[in-house]
Amino acid sequence: MSEAQPLLEVTDLVKHYPVRGGVLRRQVGTVHAVDGVSFSLAPGETLGLVGESGCGKSTVARSVLRLVEPSSGEIRLNGEAITRLSKSELRPYRRSMQIVFQDPFASLNPRMTAGDIVGEPLTVHGLASGERKQERVAELFQQVGLRPDQMKNYPHQFSGGQRQRICIARALSLGPSLIVCDEPVSALDVSIQAQVINLLIDLQRQRNFSYLFIAHDLAVVAHISHRVAVMYLGRIVEISDKAELFANPRHPYTQALLASVPVANPRIRRLTPLVEGDVPSPINPPSGCAFHTRCRYAMDRCKLERPPLVEASAGHQVACWLNDGTGRANTNP
Amino acid sequence: MSGASKAEAVLEVRNLKTVFFTNSGLFRAVDDVSFSVRRGETLAIVGESGCGKSVTALSVMRLVPDPPGKIVGGEIILEGKNLLALDDEAMRKIRGNRISMIFQEPMTSLNPVMRIGDQITEALRLHQDISGKDAWKQAVDMLRLVRIPEPERRAQEYPHQLSGGMRQRAMIAMALACRPTLLIADEPTTALDVTIQAQILALMVDLQKKLGTGLILITHDLGVVAQTAQRVIVMYAGRKVEEASVEALFENPLHPYTRGLMASIPAVPSLDAKADARLVEIPGMVPSLTKLPTGCAFAPRCRFAVPRCREEYPPLGDFGGRHLAACWRAGEMAEAS
Ligand SMILES: Nc1ncnc2c1ncn2[C@@H]1O[C@H](COP(=O)(O)OP(=O)(O)OP(=O)(O)O)[C@@H](O)[C@H]1O
Ligand SMILES: Nc1ncnc2c1ncn2[C@@H]1O[C@H](COP(=O)(O)OP(=O)(O)OP(=O)(O)O)[C@@H](O)[C@H]1O
Ligand code: SF4
Ligand code: SF4
Ligand SMILES: [Mg+2]
Ligand SMILES: [Mg+2]
Repeated sequence: MSEAQPLLEVTDLVKHYPVRGGVLRRQVGTVHAVDGVSFSLAPGETLGLVGESGCGKSTVARSVLRLVEPSSGEIRLNGEAITRLSKSELRPYRRSMQIVFQDPFASLNPRMTAGDIVGEPLTVHGLASGERKQERVAELFQQVGLRPDQMKNYPHQFSGGQRQRICIARALSLGPSLIVCDEPVSALDVSIQAQVINLLIDLQRQRNFSYLFIAHDLAVVAHISHRVAVMYLGRIVEISDKAELFANPRHPYTQALLASVPVANPRIRRLTPLVEGDVPSPINPPSGCAFHTRCRYAMDRCKLERPPLVEASAGHQVACWLNDGTGRANTNP
Repeated sequence: MSGASKAEAVLEVRNLKTVFFTNSGLFRAVDDVSFSVRRGETLAIVGESGCGKSVTALSVMRLVPDPPGKIVGGEIILEGKNLLALDDEAMRKIRGNRISMIFQEPMTSLNPVMRIGDQITEALRLHQDISGKDAWKQAVDMLRLVRIPEPERRAQEYPHQLSGGMRQRAMIAMALACRPTLLIADEPTTALDVTIQAQILALMVDLQKKLGTGLILITHDLGVVAQTAQRVIVMYAGRKVEEASVEALFENPLHPYTRGLMASIPAVPSLDAKADARLVEIPGMVPSLTKLPTGCAFAPRCRFAVPRCREEYPPLGDFGGRHLAACWRAGEMAEAS
């Protein structure tokens, strides 16, 4: 852990959505989309966020950018609390935080040229116009591996991987210090996925910005991240340095997740699922440790008390009651 | 394995050609593809988006939408019968009975307004002469076989009442209800979370062993291939570019495209893995089927390409032990390893 001030600090982030039902649209329940999430991100660092569908990854991402309003909790950027800023107060901070989404098809305006899409943030923030802007956009195109003569083309004239490059160029245009990537390569073919991951890595080396990187593919997250946080039903259950997490996963859910990844080696066949059943609904999440309904090590206490996220070893935090709150030693890989 | 490899093929596809007529012209979605599947064997078909995996599967099922598609050549022999010679009525008796197919998104093949139990019952009664009561009993047995908890209750429910993983189980139950000799699974776990995927793959492999079904598994995930298949075919731009046993393919891939694919997937790291290490990438992108280059379709992206590659399409050669590859330089690759 570095001593320097974190770029991003998220503390006890909560986002609940009301569930309405009946003719009167009364609130009949609450979706616990994000339920007390804390983490920090250093300058130039990549934090990976993994977990299964619906565990709250995108909600965390959008809350950080204030694209959804958190129900409670605090978000600090360079030490400044941005959680309760008004729209206009937030404006200067918007420049330093950008997002790249999963679907490069849906997130681009089909009636704008690629050049206009990439240059739009420059116009909106009044940073460049006319020839100056065109030059800047051409530069951005080159940085993401597109040809400047493609600036006049429309999104449908690009392949999926190229469209994702356009999104990345647009995110870069304002010189951000944080880029949130929400499943940026999930929709791409493997050979194209490798190109985009390499691009993201190269850009970070040049510019030293931070990534909050979300993906459901553990291998992809593991590849690009310095640290990894594992989420389950709205909470972080484990967070650690990447190498440590993969060598010594401590939470039974992390262990199951790792064991479920099909290994690309036919000599290591291990098709034995470590968890049975499905992820429970976030509408009425299980009491205590939310994983207790699927955990083979669950004890009585797990059903009653929620395990806090505590340091099990230097820089490695886990939320599990086993072994005095340090989780389970990983015996079967 | 030697016992299984002597077993006879339940499916033989020879020189299959399927084309589409579109605004931008005619193109071959499946071009001269051959393969076979034995009893109890899993054949994986891998390749990137648009390379013809699903159209191959739909061709075997004779479900290619016509127009714009058409099977224009080859033979599809199921248990000795050429499916391409059958009329629609005869084909209907085979589909869902001798061959079944499951898709990525179970909701596209489950009827949303019909109870799960009724859907399986209907599939059974279409092909077997049994009473409704017996069929319902068999349907519940099938749900139990795919390890759906409380199968009696679940049979009474509608698809939307089941989770994604449970629906895929129900699909498998329906597909296997008539004990087909061949099951085609097109990306059956792509839409599922990884812990659920592990459950479904384990279930499919287990049932296949139990029932001796031949399985064609379509996927773009090489990990899934390694964990399930005995044989693998790799497709690129409508053609089969490599075929081998799963061990041979992973240990000694001969086609540069297969090699590129294997190098470009990130692996879950070991302790010594560097944070931000670059991946090996295949440059460029998959060509459009309407504008295929002459010669080898992979040539524009291939770092081994020689002038000949741009002139003539490389024929499939056998490089020993039924390890096939369509590449002018596969011989050198085979020797080098
Ligand atoms: N606007 C909303 N109204 C109600 N519920 C919502 C809303 N947005 C998200 N949710 C719910 O909050 C939970 C978390 O959703 P979120 O999109 O953050 O998950 P995720 O981890 O990104 O999943 P995925 O991997 O599928 O993208 C889910 O149960 C989702 O259905
Ligand atoms: N109904 C159709 N009309 C026109 N073209 C089609 C049709 N169905 C498939 N194609 C084309 O045939 C080619 C092969 O498609 P296919 O669906 O077999 O790809 P695939 O390998 O299954 O890809 P994916 O991994 O994306 O599912 C593609 O170029 C596709 O656009
Ligand atoms: S707290 Fe209990 S239920 Fe939760 S992961 Fe640990 S052992 Fe399992
Ligand atoms: S035939 Fe030539 S271009 Fe095609 S894969 Fe082989 S070496 Fe590469
Ligand atoms: Mg999401
Ligand atoms: Mg397909």
